[in-house]
Amino acid sequence: MGLIERLFREPRWGVHPDDHKRPAADAPLRVLPRPARVHLPLQQHVGGAARPVVLVGQKVLKGQLLAQSQGNISAPIHAPVSGTVTAIGEVTAPHPSGLGLAAITVEADGADRWIETDPVADPFALAPEEIARRTAAAGVVGLGGATFPAAVKFALGRRLSVRTLIVNGGECEPYLSSDDRIMRDCPAQVVDGARIIMHAIGAESALVGIEDNKPEAIAAMTRAAATYPEVKIRPVPARYPMGSDKQLIETLTGKEVPADARAAEVGVLVHNVSTCAAVHRAIRLGQPLVERIVTVNGGAVTRPGNVLAPLGCLVDDLLACCGVKEKPARLLFGGPMMGTLLPHGRVPLVKGASGVLAFTAAETAVPATGPCIRCGSCTRACPMGLLPLEMAAHIRAGDLDGAVGYSLSDCISCGCCAYVCPSHIPLVQYFSHAKGELAARERARLRTEAGRRLAEARLARLERDAKEKAELAARRQAERAAARARAGAAKPAEQTT
Amino acid sequence: MMPGSSERPVAAPYAATANSVRRVMTWVMAALTPATLFGFWLYGWPAVYLWIVTVAAATLGEGFCLRLMRRDAGPTLGDGSAVLTGWLLAVSLPPWAPWWIGAFGGLFSVIVGKQVFGGLGQNLFNPAMVGRVALLISFPVQMTAWVAPLPMFSVSAPGPLTGLMITFHGMQPAFDAVASASLLGFAKTEMARGIDLAQSLLHAPVPSWYGSRPGSLGETASWLIVAGGAAMICLRIISWHIPLAMLLGIAVPAALLHAVDPACYLDAGTHLLSGGAMLGAFFIATDYVTSPNTPRGQLVFGAGCGLLSYVIRTWAGYPEGVAFAVLLMNSLTPVIDSYCRPRIYGRDRRGAALEPEK
Amino acid sequence: MLAVVSLTALGIALGTLLGVAARYLAVEENPLEAELQALLPGSQCGQCGFVGCAQAAAALARGEASPTLCPPGGRAVTEAIAAKLGIRIDLSAVRDDGPLLAVVAEEICTGCCRCSKVCPTDAIIGAAKQIHNIIREACTGCGACLERCPTEAIGLMPMPVTLPHWIWPKPAVA
Repeated sequence: MGLIERLFREPRWGVHPDDHKRPAADAPLRVLPRPARVHLPLQQHVGGAARPVVLVGQKVLKGQLLAQSQGNISAPIHAPVSGTVTAIGEVTAPHPSGLGLAAITVEADGADRWIETDPVADPFALAPEEIARRTAAAGVVGLGGATFPAAVKFALGRRLSVRTLIVNGGECEPYLSSDDRIMRDCPAQVVDGARIIMHAIGAESALVGIEDNKPEAIAAMTRAAATYPEVKIRPVPARYPMGSDKQLIETLTGKEVPADARAAEVGVLVHNVSTCAAVHRAIRLGQPLVERIVTVNGGAVTRPGNVLAPLGCLVDDLLACCGVKEKPARLLFGGPMMGTLLPHGRVPLVKGASGVLAFTAAETAVPATGPCIRCGSCTRACPMGLLPLEMAAHIRAGDLDGAVGYSLSDCISCGCCAYVCPSHIPLVQYFSHAKGELAARERARLRTEAGRRLAEARLARLERDAKEKAELAARRQAERAAARARAGAAKPAEQTT
Repeated sequence: MMPGSSERPVAAPYAATANSVRRVMTWVMAALTPATLFGFWLYGWPAVYLWIVTVAAATLGEGFCLRLMRRDAGPTLGDGSAVLTGWLLAVSLPPWAPWWIGAFGGLFSVIVGKQVFGGLGQNLFNPAMVGRVALLISFPVQMTAWVAPLPMFSVSAPGPLTGLMITFHGMQPAFDAVASASLLGFAKTEMARGIDLAQSLLHAPVPSWYGSRPGSLGETASWLIVAGGAAMICLRIISWHIPLAMLLGIAVPAALLHAVDPACYLDAGTHLLSGGAMLGAFFIATDYVTSPNTPRGQLVFGAGCGLLSYVIRTWAGYPEGVAFAVLLMNSLTPVIDSYCRPRIYGRDRRGAALEPEK
Repeated sequence: MLAVVSLTALGIALGTLLGVAARYLAVEENPLEAELQALLPGSQCGQCGFVGCAQAAAALARGEASPTLCPPGGRAVTEAIAAKLGIRIDLSAVRDDGPLLAVVAEEICTGCCRCSKVCPTDAIIGAAKQIHNIIREACTGCGACLERCPTEAIGLMPMPVTLPHWIWPKPAVA
């Protein structure tokens, strides 16, 4: 990029970390040797956890439904291998807390026999609702990391009559190249998936945003989309966080998504390239989401590259496939900027994990935190226009409401601020902590309110009971009195007779 | 990281820049080096000794405070902020001032200007300017005793030993044409005597283009200061907002008033090249801690510094006002920061959510 | 002289006005009491030593009770009350293990039904001679049931941390 172009085209926000994408991105796709067993957490998506529909000991085929979705926003889970359900219990969650998560364990039988699928030859003849239904049944969720059920977004896009589909090939996180690989290896699937989604939401055009540090992907996608003028390939400057919905929408369309609003409200919908490919497979082949491409990278990996792996395989299986030079000091799902810290390697691969990073002790060494010198680097880097230093100062002093006043709720946790901080202050952790505390506070408030309602209802009930009892007693008394009166009246009559 | 393990999980991002406080401070010092070396050459050995004393005093002051608070002094001293404070103070002092000026100033800057507030990042006022103003108010005679340049190794320049005597023994220099006033001071005293500028400037100490004239280390080498500042802007250590706004804040009123009455008001060029204008614009006002951190706030801050400097120079009792102006604007930094916030994505300037555009 | 007289007159006049205003415009009911009552959990559990939350709020408004009086409310309620009353209190001294839940030890419960009668939020279910159970969502952790249980089968437990409720720890201050 020339200097002039850089001055005018480069966005003002964000950072430009070393991308470390190659050589992993250039290594041909590998296939993970079938693991002996897989563990499928019931919650791999935003929304309600799936409900198991199989029993321990039951034989299942590859692609068979294991757990069905529950509630409006949820996704089902399917078997990635054929075999036997051996357990329904807790496994370690892919989460820094190391807490447990309910999961179904399937022991592979080695046959990998698919369940009978229902391919569709011409998806454009189907009603959009039918495409949404099939996508939902296939358990497709946002594969870029957000894991929002894709079909729910289709319905939203239709309702708000979205005209533009944005296909997110940004993949701005360093080290990751799974989206790059899918665009290079199966561009036709991505383009076809995008066209199916356009049909499902009624969009007129699709803009595929690809960072300009992936020239091979841009070339492959341009070739694949050549016959479809409604699918436009748009290279975008490589700058983190270009893969964030709001930033990509602004770069491609110039539109800004209002605060607290959804992208669909400005007439666009964003889907990841891997999600498009998954939709293609779900509709054209009738295959549910049971495997994904995952980047295995980091200094501790001997042969970094991309691996096609069944969901539910362990991180250790993936590392064994790519080789480990030394014991990793840190394991992550996702990229280094926003990834999830893993407590150990015995964590199952989930739908939203686009990469497994294994860092050596040397790579994880971080300089000690110093005092804030108010240099303003974080303010310049923040893609949302926030003042991270002020928010962190308020949170540090325990003033969460003060941080909310600086629009903490608009923070997307992209990590730009903490990345550029010369004092290495863990700004994102401050924000995550505050967001968690605020959510806990809100839960406590709701709980207190519910308790108050229950207490009031009980008091009202006790009052009603007491009143009813008093009324009953009064009536009885009245009846008795009446009876006595009748008896009294009868007596003299008796006497007279 | 397992539950029950003592290690607390660390949140993302798991990558960081190579930038650090020490790197920032080192670059600022590097940008200041050419001007300082030029000053050393111009004023000879006493200037070198004063610089050493001031920097050492600032460092000692920091170390002493950290010891007092039972903190590990190593990392804090290692970041170079105390050295930079001493350095900035030293280049704003009269080069032949006695050693105790530098020692008192260095200690005062770091202890009262910085550590009393809680150390790096907590101080409201620029420490170097706190030290300078304290010195100016306490020791006005020594702080305004400027000398004409006597370049090092020139015939009449004091050698290393004589220099020691001047700095540490208060020896009155017995050289010709030594005691002199800076241009701003000269103009002010002549005006006070009722002689207008058209007359007095004929006898004024003529500023040569490369800066050979009486003044502090940071004053005479204006062009080297500008070069250092420009280098810092290119390296993104500082942004252009404060320097530009401050220089305009001085130059615009100076040019206007000079056009109205050249006999009473110095021209813009003299104002920009005199006193601490350049040093203040590029190195003092741009101090991260005490300046606003949004571009709009920085423009307001810089313009305020410039205007106040001009007002103090022109109408107040002191010939030079950059230090006062910077300190006054420092006190307004929190106010500027709370009014000049950047626009948040998806919201208007007042913080209300935007209307969706279809 | 004139100045002194006029200022004195002004002072007397304004003072009288203020005094009159204070008497005539005085607010009959204490609004603080109602506001404080809104902050309290309202389960009338009686752990504060008062009969119910209304009485506790009245005592707080009169300044006769400490903001720390409400154990089920925990730190959040204490903070809110202190802020409302304009009192600064050292919250580090307030012990807060987070929300608590009552738990029935099923092997000791005799099904006497005494606890379910005192529960202020009707969070205990169970018929006579049947093991009782506690509805987690409704329990406020007030502990009113603990004293009523003849077999000490009820205990208070901190609410278990689950994945969506996990909170990042605040970074250690360097």
